Amino acid sequence: MRPDQQGEAIFLLPDEKLAELLSAIKERGYQLIAPILRDAALCFSEIDGASELPQGLRDAQSPGSYRIKQTASPERFAHASGPTSLKRFLYPPRLKLWQTQRKANAMVFEEPADPPPRYAFIGPRPCDLQAVAIQDRVFLRSAHPDNDYRRRRENALFVAVNCLHPSESCFCSSMNSGPSAKSGFDILLTEQIESEELYYLVQTGTDEGLEILNTLKLKPAADSKKRKAATELKQATKKIERKLDPTGIGPALKERLDSPAWDELENRCLACGNCTLACPTCFCSTVEDHTDLAGEIATRDRVWDSCFQQSFSYVAGGPVRSTIKGRYRQWLTHKLSSWSDQFGTLGCVGCGRCITWCPVGIDLVAEANAICTERQSQNPTKTTIGVSP
Amino acid sequence: MRPEPWRVKRVHKDTRDTFSLELEPENGDPFSFLPGQFNMLYLFGTGEVPISISGDPGQTDAILHTVRRVGVVTDAMGQLRKGHSLGLRGPYGEPWPLDQAENKDIVIVAGGIGLAPLRPALLSIVANRDKYQNIVLLYGARTPDDILYRKDLEKLSAQLDIQVFVTVDRGTANWRGSIGVVPNMIRRAPFDAQNAVAMICGPEIMIHYATKELHRRGLPDEKIFVSMERNMKCGIGLCGHCQFGPYFVCRDGPVFPYSRVEKLLQVREA
Repeated sequence: MRPDQQGEAIFLLPDEKLAELLSAIKERGYQLIAPILRDAALCFSEIDGASELPQGLRDAQSPGSYRIKQTASPERFAHASGPTSLKRFLYPPRLKLWQTQRKANAMVFEEPADPPPRYAFIGPRPCDLQAVAIQDRVFLRSAHPDNDYRRRRENALFVAVNCLHPSESCFCSSMNSGPSAKSGFDILLTEQIESEELYYLVQTGTDEGLEILNTLKLKPAADSKKRKAATELKQATKKIERKLDPTGIGPALKERLDSPAWDELENRCLACGNCTLACPTCFCSTVEDHTDLAGEIATRDRVWDSCFQQSFSYVAGGPVRSTIKGRYRQWLTHKLSSWSDQFGTLGCVGCGRCITWCPVGIDLVAEANAICTERQSQNPTKTTIGVSP
Repeated sequence: MRPEPWRVKRVHKDTRDTFSLELEPENGDPFSFLPGQFNMLYLFGTGEVPISISGDPGQTDAILHTVRRVGVVTDAMGQLRKGHSLGLRGPYGEPWPLDQAENKDIVIVAGGIGLAPLRPALLSIVANRDKYQNIVLLYGARTPDDILYRKDLEKLSAQLDIQVFVTVDRGTANWRGSIGVVPNMIRRAPFDAQNAVAMICGPEIMIHYATKELHRRGLPDEKIFVSMERNMKCGIGLCGHCQFGPYFVCRDGPVFPYSRVEKLLQVREA
């Protein structure tokens, strides 16, 4: 919700009716996917209904650290993004591409014919929606569009939640992707708590969203409630301290491919690839071939890959990027610079996942800013925030 | 991403570690392709590799690929015999700019297996000889025994309107030809730098020195074209492996005007 949307239809959804909303969505044949507590983190997973949405969980994120705390609050979405994004649902980590059977010395290739899943995402953040918009450009605006992605994408429903609790790792305001959603949702919720009463302000972005909402017979929200939410969203924006210049960074990095600042990353980055797996837009993949024991059926899977693997750039004779420095530079310059040349947008949404989930706390924003100011990075344990290029 | 079933029509042994496969589709006719394009070849249960098309673009009954044994898949491909089946998808990539070379001198610079993706260009130039001015081929191999398409080269050498220069890194007892690196031949190659186009394919170090020599002769960057090699898994700009700065080598290349990649080629591990 934005202040300039005051005129648009905004409805009031009491928390008691959230279950009704999710049931209505489920009845339309959707699988509900929402952030729930799994492995001590809030991860997008399948749920049966609203009762499975955790309450009172808060997250504390910083470079290399993620902690969940239980509070007495009834809020369900008072946290920032967890380690998983929608990527694993729309662009699965492992996908069977085809299988082939050897018949009388000839091969027959068959693609899987399973119907695509129908996912309803409950609780993706504005940055997550932006990430989907970016992956749309990667996979669909191509001479060879990814058919599996297209089918999953066309089938998906997005019930997004505006972000009132950005984490310390977040910088969506720099990347123009949050904390309020502007597009990409069917239904948009803003979670509100007022004298211990939990409710949501609801907007729709598509005809299907409106159709679903109409079944609930909601009342319009009072102006005072809209003002309260708008104020809180403004405050959320102010809480975001990490800053990156999205227009200056691309050209600046291109000019600094030889900067000595990259050298220092050779010693700090572990090349584990966590950042690329946590990133909601990183799309690199490889293929794996398997043969059955009889040697008659061979299958080919597409699996996520990471540019931090040495084998990633292997050509006859050796890898093109044998140093960690070279691989880190490839990743960072792709995200923040060459992505624009390829797809007309940066490959970063400011969700901060790569910062939180880096085991040694390397901070993309601090590194990019440090490289662009041609200055050596700070002490690795200390992060620099808000250095403009 | 799904290959089509193709069949081996003929296998030629080119050198000690290099062979050529003539392929025909299991169903229908072969496609037409442009010189410099490549296909993804899949071997049952073993894997898939990008291989340049090295046949004559004018010949339509089979598609030729020249392969050097350098890894698991290419080694196994060396076992293929007539009638064996494999998967193929393509053709992919940007071709050599033969249209831009019309009415100009053409300098072809090739190193090792780098001659394979240039062969269709060479055959097309020969077939349309009157469209071009002087034609110079500069080719380098490791040893005389590693010289690729020897018969082709001997036939071209005999043709009075095409100049072929071959050099090797290491000679043998009965080699009386040139010994040295390919870029060194550029200095004396007979072409007019004011009206020429160069096409280069080979190891990156050779590309580096060849472009230096071409610059010294006065050939501008926009008239130099290079074919790049990078790891490729999809061939269609989706898997990310072949990225080179802003480019996907499979989709935006493999043939690039040197002016577009010159800066990146100077960066270590770009």
